[in-house]
Amino acid sequence: MTAFDKIPLHKSLLTGLVLSVAFLSACAVPVDRSDNDPTEIANREVFEFNRRLDKAVIRPVGVVAGTLTPDPVRAGVDNMVKNLDTPGYVVNGLLQGRLENAFSNVFRFGINSTLGVAGIFDPATDFGFPLKETDFGETMHVWGAGEGRYLVVPVLGPTTERDLAGKVVDTLMNPTRAFVSADHKDIVTGLKVAETVYDRYDYLDVIDDALYGSADPYAQARLAYLQNRNHLLGIDSSDDYIDPYEDPYAE
Amino acid sequence: MPSNPSRRSVLGVLLSGAAVLALPVRALALSVDQASRLVQSLVNEVNTVIASGKSEAGMFADFERIFIRYADVPTIAQRVLGPAARSASSAQMSAYVKAFTGYISRRYGRRFREFIGGKIEVVDARAIKSFYEVITVARLRGQEPFDLRFHVSDKSGKLLFFNMIIEGVNMMAAESTEIRAMLDKRRGNMDQMIEDLKRAG
Repeated sequence: MTAFDKIPLHKSLLTGLVLSVAFLSACAVPVDRSDNDPTEIANREVFEFNRRLDKAVIRPVGVVAGTLTPDPVRAGVDNMVKNLDTPGYVVNGLLQGRLENAFSNVFRFGINSTLGVAGIFDPATDFGFPLKETDFGETMHVWGAGEGRYLVVPVLGPTTERDLAGKVVDTLMNPTRAFVSADHKDIVTGLKVAETVYDRYDYLDVIDDALYGSADPYAQARLAYLQNRNHLLGIDSSDDYIDPYEDPYAE
Repeated sequence: MPSNPSRRSVLGVLLSGAAVLALPVRALALSVDQASRLVQSLVNEVNTVIASGKSEAGMFADFERIFIRYADVPTIAQRVLGPAARSASSAQMSAYVKAFTGYISRRYGRRFREFIGGKIEVVDARAIKSFYEVITVARLRGQEPFDLRFHVSDKSGKLLFFNMIIEGVNMMAAESTEIRAMLDKRRGNMDQMIEDLKRAG
């Protein structure tokens, strides 16, 4: 899993809609194979591009920025980005019928936007409103869509047809973007880029291990993304658990 | 009539049947408890090392030893190698298991470093397939709490863990991918893979 999946997509409205409709229909059939990767050859090329981009730009920038920026500032950036995304979590919570999560996020947004000084601090967690992160990919999962094919997207990294469509929809329908004026939009984008760079630093060892310390980083990233995503969606994977005492030589 | 069972023998059979039925349930509950105690003990040992104030290099060596003591490494080694284990000679297998032990304990022992300043709580345990799953929540410094599961079995003759599931990501599945990729890269040359494994991790 890479840390790149938080940079918003800047696609035109039309392309986004056409794409998401296409993807929505494509992933209507649930697929339970964990390595549904028919475009592996193309995915591997994009993955290699992302890896070179990481090596040349994202990792070095992350190390410098992470080292120079004091921890409280990094935490503040992280809090602000999550706070700006919270209205989107509310919308998705409602679409999923998870009212408790949606209302918790409403209170959270109210508290952190005011007491938390525009979201820099996170008093809401202490008040009993922890972050309930979600996205439109999860909403589609709740509606019954399977993950579709595994994809690797330039800069953004590993995803699936469903999750990429979700990202497009989230970017287009993010309520925050509708209420933020044009000059503030750059600040929002800047915060998101900073958060991505800091994430790279926060998970330096884990990401380095995955990208540069493996015989097949592509296969490792695919496995980690798909398994972790299923876990985050609350999909029970215990049927796939390995029992080495039953079948020691299995595939 | 001998074929007509007496009331006493029916009762006896019923009672013994009940006893047989009750036994696995009790044994299961006991084992779930033992499995979570094993994980708790692993966590305590890691925390003791962290609290010792040793140098980082000293800690890594301790973490590796803890990993080897609590994990059923030979079983993990054989399973992640997969079908290639069947065609390997016994000399190759023992060299491979030895190299894999060093590799996996370095790779995951190092990860215990992230426990510094954090803590791991056992929250639940359950029987699943032929083994036990111990569910913990890891609250590490500067990170959101995450779900860390240990799969524990006594099928090796000793109660040991053989898999970790870190936020849904299956260690054994990841290591199967890794070891088989290493073997493929060397065109199935087991000896070369073993040599390289000694330096990996």
